[in-house]
Amino acid sequence: MTTAPVLHLDNIVKTFPGVRALDGVSFSVLPGEVHALMGENGAGKSTLMKVLGGIYQPDGGDIYMGDTKVTMSGPLEAKAMGIVFIHQELSLAEELSVAENIYLGELPRKSFGRVDWATLTAQTNAILKKLNVGFDAKTRVGDLSIANQQMVEIARALTVDAKAVIFDEPTASLTDAEKVVLFDVIADLKADGVGIIYISHRMEEIFKITDRISILRDGQYQGTVVTAETNEEAVTQMMIGRKLDLSRNAAHHDLGAVALEVRGLSCGALYQDVSFEVRRGEVVGFYGLVGAGRTEIAETLFGLRDPSAGQILLDGEEVRLHSPADAIALGISLVPEDRKGQGLILGMNCRDNMTLPQVDDLKAGPFVAEGAEIAIFDQYRDRLDIRTPSWKQRVGNLSGGNQQKIVIGKWLSMHPNVLIVDEPTRGIDVGSKSEIHKLLRELAAQGYAVIVISSEMPEVLHVSDRIVAMYSGRITRTFTSDEVTEDNLIQAISGIKPGHAA
Amino acid sequence: MATLTKQRIGSVLAKQGILIAFAVFMIAFTIANPKFLSVDNLFSVVRSSAILGVMALGVTFVVISGNLDLSVGSMMSFSTIVVLDLHDKIGPLLAIPAMFAMTLGLGAFIGFLVGYLRLNSLIVTLGMLSAIHGLTLTYSGGQNMDIADKEGTWFSAFGQGTALGVPVPILIFIAVAVFLGAVLSKTAFGRKVYAVGGNGTAATFSGIRRARTVFTCYLISAACVATAGLIQASRSMGSQNTVGQGLELEVLAAVILGGASLLGGSGTIFKAVIGVLILGFIQNGLLLLGLQFYVQFVVTWVIIILAVWLDIAAKRGKLWSPIA
Repeated sequence: MTTAPVLHLDNIVKTFPGVRALDGVSFSVLPGEVHALMGENGAGKSTLMKVLGGIYQPDGGDIYMGDTKVTMSGPLEAKAMGIVFIHQELSLAEELSVAENIYLGELPRKSFGRVDWATLTAQTNAILKKLNVGFDAKTRVGDLSIANQQMVEIARALTVDAKAVIFDEPTASLTDAEKVVLFDVIADLKADGVGIIYISHRMEEIFKITDRISILRDGQYQGTVVTAETNEEAVTQMMIGRKLDLSRNAAHHDLGAVALEVRGLSCGALYQDVSFEVRRGEVVGFYGLVGAGRTEIAETLFGLRDPSAGQILLDGEEVRLHSPADAIALGISLVPEDRKGQGLILGMNCRDNMTLPQVDDLKAGPFVAEGAEIAIFDQYRDRLDIRTPSWKQRVGNLSGGNQQKIVIGKWLSMHPNVLIVDEPTRGIDVGSKSEIHKLLRELAAQGYAVIVISSEMPEVLHVSDRIVAMYSGRITRTFTSDEVTEDNLIQAISGIKPGHAA
Repeated sequence: MATLTKQRIGSVLAKQGILIAFAVFMIAFTIANPKFLSVDNLFSVVRSSAILGVMALGVTFVVISGNLDLSVGSMMSFSTIVVLDLHDKIGPLLAIPAMFAMTLGLGAFIGFLVGYLRLNSLIVTLGMLSAIHGLTLTYSGGQNMDIADKEGTWFSAFGQGTALGVPVPILIFIAVAVFLGAVLSKTAFGRKVYAVGGNGTAATFSGIRRARTVFTCYLISAACVATAGLIQASRSMGSQNTVGQGLELEVLAAVILGGASLLGGSGTIFKAVIGVLILGFIQNGLLLLGLQFYVQFVVTWVIIILAVWLDIAAKRGKLWSPIA
């Protein structure tokens, strides 16, 4: 190929005190190419992106755009050169309209500094039309779904003459249908000759939409492979040097008594007439699209939402849960979806986070028994293989995988009757992911009743003994791990009746 | 490695900025007026800081829980007036618990509004600052309160007495600091205060009853105010309705100087004590320099701004950080 790459990195080095965050990273992005950047958390992806965005200056190496060597002295310079970022966390003004957000800071003007609304609306609608979205320039951004807000970010990227667009985990909070729209947009950008860097942990997506994959491990460039000529296993191998097992769960062990039974549970418009049971020794997976009501059921079981009808039975006895404190007292634990927002106090140390729910019970006279706390921490650090120099480390300084293990350890140390895990591996690197999957299986084998809510089908298939499929607030079907297939599961969560599939 | 050293110096400066600034102040004051470092002066600074200090200890709990308490100044006026009035009516033995009960009632009311009704603590306590002032004036009819027989009562012990050669206000300050320090750093309740202030949602998700925790913080704050009011009343044996006016800002300045974040979740009792002493020494130093008392109002504000700035600078790692 003779086309000059839109972006070429040559031997980029970036060091921080004590760490070589990037150690000789080189790769090129061609025009019209979707180039995946993969690596475990801490592999150096974020640092590399900050170098590209002009936030960090590299200590060595060169960046070329086309044939010219460039220096990104700051975010504005990077943008001016046509490097655009679509971040995982959105940065939009919710109270303003779509058009105002897209052209924020560059609103078209008439005389006396008045905004030229006609031009603004026309320009915006032209871009939105290109993206084929179902909202217009005047819509308030706060009224849009997360997926549509992301489209606004993309539209903003399109207003500059983008040469390279970098997507950072763009599908983290999208439903399957919304992903399709995103991938169409990426295909359009590609057709326009834009170079795309696509960062994601999700293998399915990587193999679906990318042309080449570059892999980083511990700040070192591992190589670039052509997507069509490789497979998930090989890429994973390059990322972690070991294999990720995502086969179907085939393990069967003896089930115990019913730990949790839910009868006809409803919560207003969120979900209706939900009934299921979870036995000791069993992992029940809840699968469905975002908005299907899965998280809301978990929140009800954890006392965060009062149901409008129905019963919850623990070990055969009906219980009423009005707060997480009630639920915890009855042995129900929730590893929440939003690790940083709901699961952890980032400024607190590891030990204190882990023992927080039982701090009232660990007493030495009037004080907290710190020795007992450290003992609990040590036990679960070893059992879950939590990598931290000491219990004194602030949780905010740990990697995503280790943070999630702290949350899991927090609840395991309480020996819950029912453990609910919502999105167990969101934003976690491949290595930790497989460890957490293994752990969930082990917990079931030890007799815990486990509920796993996940938006990732391979994960649900891999960890669950039974799978509850939800569509629009209702359970559409419950599968055993023998009868489930990808096809019938997709039908069940899309509201398609079996036998009437398109 | 040159960058490394430079970074280290930078981060030390940012982290210890307040202590370094304090040391500079102390040295400058001592050069300007050698009396500043005399034992007598040091003692007098600590004694005059005791009232402010006891209040700051309580407010530390509120601030760590992620809230504010701007009502402590006018609440202190209230408790001072009440205890002086009741002293002559029902005797000190009953007047003191009665005053504590009434002050705790005010604290409970604020705690209810902020904790259980989840109203913004800035608005609630700013409103209470004014409401309690009105309550005090209504109670006293606008008159100053005085104890009629100043010689014939043991009530003066709290503000004027000494034990083992140490003024009682200092002893009370130390005792309350040690007690609340243990509560905050060693008990389950203290842990919950940090959790609620650090991330309220995560605290709820860990089964902590947030409303109860916040409520208790305001009770503690009110108890400290009552104690400060007792010292104040006992020291002066008579009082105006406005004795605590403006103290809320000084208390807040001391707590922030001690490094507690206004966003909640961080701070310690020990650091609050340091903050109180820094503020006390700076105000004292300015007086010794011959500046008018009124200058203190300006200085308190300057100190708050400086402390907040340094705190933010330490987090961002740079002093100059304009918006975009």
